[in-house]
Amino acid sequence: MTTMKTSSRWSGIGFQALAVLLALAFTTIVMLISGADPLQVYQNILTGAVGSPVKIADILVAWTPLLLATAGLLLTFTAGLWNIGIEGQITLGAIFTTWALRVLQPTDLPPALIITIGFIAGALGGMFWAGLVALLKIFGNVNEIFGGLGLNFVATALTIWLIFGPWKRPGVGSMSGTEPFPLELWLPTLQGFRLSPLSLAMGIIAIVIVYILLRGTYFGLRLKAVGRNGRAAFLMGIPTTRYMLMAFLLCGLMAGLAGATQVLAVYHRLIPSISSGYGFLGMMVAMLVNYQALWAAPVALFFAALNIGSIQLPIVLKLDSSLSGVLQGSLVLFVLLMDGVRRRLTRS
Amino acid sequence: MKVELIHIHKHFGAVHANNDINLTVESGKIQGILGENGAGKSTLMKILSGYIQADSGEIRLDGTPVKINSPSDAIRLGIGMLHQDPLDFPPMRVVDNLLIGHDGGLFPNRGEVVRAFSELQSRFGFNIDPYAYVDTLTVGERQQLEILRLLWLGARVLILDEPTTGISASQKEKLFETLRKLAAQGMSVIFVSHKLEDVEFLCDRIAVFRKGELVGQVDPPYVTDELVQMMFGRAISLEEKQRYETCDVSFHLDHVTIEDYRLQIRDINLTISCGEVIGLAGMEGSGQVQFLRTCAGLIRPVAGEINLGGRRLTGKPYRAFLEAGIAYVPASRLEEGLIPGLSLTEHFILAEEQNGFFINFDKALATTRQRIEDFNIKGTPVSTVESLSGGNQQRALLAMLRQPVNLLLLEHPTRGLDIESAIWIWGKLKERCKQGTSIIFTSADLEEILQYSDRILVFYGGKVSPPLDAESTTVEQLGQLIGGKGF
Amino acid sequence: MDTQIILIGLAGVLASSAPIVFATIGETFAERSGVINLSLNGTILLTAMAGFAVAVTTNSLVLGFLAGALIGGLVALIVAFSSITLKQSQVAVGFILALTCRDLAYYLGNPFMGLQGPRVASLPIPGLADIPIIGVIFFQQDIPVYASFLLIIVSYVFIFKTKPGLMLQGIGEKPATAFVRGANVNRMRYFYTVLGGMLAGLAGPMFSLSVKAGWKGTISGLDGFGWIALALTIFGGWNPLRAAFGAYLFGLLQWLGLVLQPSLPNIPSQVLQVAPFPLMILTLLLVNIGNAEWVDRTLAALPEKTRKWLANILRSLRTSPPASLGVPFENE
Repeated sequence: MTTMKTSSRWSGIGFQALAVLLALAFTTIVMLISGADPLQVYQNILTGAVGSPVKIADILVAWTPLLLATAGLLLTFTAGLWNIGIEGQITLGAIFTTWALRVLQPTDLPPALIITIGFIAGALGGMFWAGLVALLKIFGNVNEIFGGLGLNFVATALTIWLIFGPWKRPGVGSMSGTEPFPLELWLPTLQGFRLSPLSLAMGIIAIVIVYILLRGTYFGLRLKAVGRNGRAAFLMGIPTTRYMLMAFLLCGLMAGLAGATQVLAVYHRLIPSISSGYGFLGMMVAMLVNYQALWAAPVALFFAALNIGSIQLPIVLKLDSSLSGVLQGSLVLFVLLMDGVRRRLTRS
Repeated sequence: MKVELIHIHKHFGAVHANNDINLTVESGKIQGILGENGAGKSTLMKILSGYIQADSGEIRLDGTPVKINSPSDAIRLGIGMLHQDPLDFPPMRVVDNLLIGHDGGLFPNRGEVVRAFSELQSRFGFNIDPYAYVDTLTVGERQQLEILRLLWLGARVLILDEPTTGISASQKEKLFETLRKLAAQGMSVIFVSHKLEDVEFLCDRIAVFRKGELVGQVDPPYVTDELVQMMFGRAISLEEKQRYETCDVSFHLDHVTIEDYRLQIRDINLTISCGEVIGLAGMEGSGQVQFLRTCAGLIRPVAGEINLGGRRLTGKPYRAFLEAGIAYVPASRLEEGLIPGLSLTEHFILAEEQNGFFINFDKALATTRQRIEDFNIKGTPVSTVESLSGGNQQRALLAMLRQPVNLLLLEHPTRGLDIESAIWIWGKLKERCKQGTSIIFTSADLEEILQYSDRILVFYGGKVSPPLDAESTTVEQLGQLIGGKGF
Repeated sequence: MDTQIILIGLAGVLASSAPIVFATIGETFAERSGVINLSLNGTILLTAMAGFAVAVTTNSLVLGFLAGALIGGLVALIVAFSSITLKQSQVAVGFILALTCRDLAYYLGNPFMGLQGPRVASLPIPGLADIPIIGVIFFQQDIPVYASFLLIIVSYVFIFKTKPGLMLQGIGEKPATAFVRGANVNRMRYFYTVLGGMLAGLAGPMFSLSVKAGWKGTISGLDGFGWIALALTIFGGWNPLRAAFGAYLFGLLQWLGLVLQPSLPNIPSQVLQVAPFPLMILTLLLVNIGNAEWVDRTLAALPEKTRKWLANILRSLRTSPPASLGVPFENE
């Protein structure tokens, strides 16, 4: 019995290693097609990611919102929900935070309080957008994938309208975003780095909370029941709609905090692509770790490193930075495929 | 056509579903195949009809060895099978159902198909509208449709798997008449059932299956006790009937009307006392399930009042019904009752009242061990529910019910279970009745209904009979009502 | 003069909707067989880029379209393989492909950004093109647009009027029955998923070689059409005619957005461009709300007349998917 379990665990690891190799091979072929030298590219990504302490700190800067998004998504995935609308939820979080800051900036409130209110506003913004998806799903039977996607586009349009309309910079609006906030409204960072320990702590706390929730609480178990068989869960007396709503709202809350972080700690203003794609990337992370909270943090860290590492590709090698997306995507795809292959082989 | 099955073996994992089966069916005969659920009857028939393939063995038709690799191979060779759940396309029209899978050009000639179909219908006295949608037909009519389709495709061997489940008495009569006619024309008919009465009445010869083996063949005249002995390996006696009506927390339905886009059930009045068992009989889709779900609070009646022990439940949500002590156990265990992927322990935690925020796993494990023992579940606390057998899943479902339950609503409580599990489960249920729980259940098995109910309601196309006293009702009377006679 | 502008505008709506028609009908085929191909958005972007790149390099439009169909089919093949053979979640694989193909398009398309490429020329049909009104709207188009007209009719006739079409319905509805009737369910699912992917793969080059000629990377304005096509498949109730109607409605709204732009100077063009998305949510709400349980419960409390009236309206709007959509088939 134990030997069988260990051997299947080893074969699982073997197939995952194979998946990583295949993803690397695929990405290398893509590079060769585009005429780039793969070794040079990989080296560039590596030095781009860990070449200096500032860059390593930048990885943690990217890790924070990704961790928040992933933590939230683990809840919705557990409830059997595809919260594709997370991108919009991050964006709304950023919009609400910017709004709060714009309103409170002229007042005499202490900056620390304004920043706190900014975070709360961001969380509310994310919950608001997630709540809309949930209502559409629960009361309108609109699949959350489509409700969420539609609202993502709406959120993007809202951002652009605000940047070019009511919140435009003095003079003329531009794609570079709204007027940056004064320095005292920036979340404090480590000397010489862009990293804010406060928001990093928030990300880590979020993933720890989600881990505990899913592992040892009635809430987590019921969420799991709702996700695996909503009908049976309902008949057992679990208020399934309330649990789905809660999963959405909690995910929205964390997404909103991610958006707030982007505004308060990273960009210090609202920019058109404020979510930086962390929502979708979070979905990839959740899929890659098979929706288990334990491995989410390291994998998210790795994905953040890839993102940071590929930033300088356009400048140094004249390649599009979307290459990191290709590598991340093919990694998740091959892990999923190899998992299927392994199950098929062990079944027969 | 003469069918010979020689040394057939089939394994499903560790289960030897067919162990060295040798069976010959002469043409022009009706061959009965008798056995309880899981005896291997259906497996053998699926092998003969090409749905699955045997691990080893040979099939001969009129003396010629044949290979049957798919259902379409089988029908090409003249073997047609009528499956237990009619394998048709409910949302499509009858004529399109006939066309799907029929050879021929790109564009179907519907007119010709309808003509051929009408001709066949008149031969057997069937009367199905070729342009009707299949989901508007009764189960019996869908069976007739399948038989006609198979004949149209040239079947000379007809296999019927449990065909008398869910059809009315009159439709059963017609089915038997049709089968005799077909046999007289030289067709071989293989009739698979676990119903002694049907097999004895119809078949020229009976082969009895037990645990994957063919234990013997019997020619008429049949001795029922002998057949039972062969089926179960020993004689089985059913429990004596008892009545418990002890307390006064009763369940009332007052002028209740239920509406669904297909049917309307008007003006139901019923009072159920404690410990009473009500059986719901009728063809599938006659309104029993809607009735049961209304009692559970899952469907809101459009008119009337529901109350339990003086507590008004009309219009309240499902959870209010649940809190009032009304429990509902659905028929599809893995789809609606249990949660695949979760363990027995996790199920029992979910079924318990929440106690604090964090789960006490040690306590939960102890409870689970106790329940597994009490309910004789073959599994461990960490077994996932989908790894359990049907009978054990049903036991787990019953083990999850909270204490106390005032009204227990059961959909097909013993469907798919072997007779021992069924008797065990009814034993547990009757224990609950002794404690004052009332039970309403549906079943397609009339004998189960007569055996365990105190009163019976018969449903027919949304109409409900007045409550019948189970002791003074016979199978024949029930059959008539189920078929719509006497409403 | 004004009517002429409107006629040309309508002709433009038919032309600009043609790629969506292809993608939506392609998805309809896949979903009718029981497989959801969620990768459409990535497929369209990747094939738009690849079709353009191939057409620029070889100077052949035909090869550009072929490349699109081939890549679309290949992406669909991955979806089919992972869901049918490997039994992995269709939604997960489709979503990953939607993102990965998009990134792949932006990465590989980098050298082709802003290049001048060949463009499909319009081909008025002699005789028919001169018919007043109808001629301008329907018969002064290019070949891909004519192909889209043909596709609507052919796919409708195929699904509802031919024997293989009936079998296709059967496979998505109740695969066990279809299997007994002689269908190789999984092979057919492979076939229709790949066919659907190829049709969706033609949508990309139709954009980059005709409707929105060229490749401009992230600002090509193509991101999102795939998701719209998926929503239209539901809106269309898995019926090519209704799906095409939805696609044209969508095209009309986009056109109206452009026409109305000058009279609404305060609203940036990006905002009008997303107007169809809330509308998509609204239409999905309309076709789905009739399936919600609370609606039944609420209706039950209403007086009989109102109840029947409302129930009928909801039922006429409601669409239901093939019963086994997304459910893998295994014969024991």
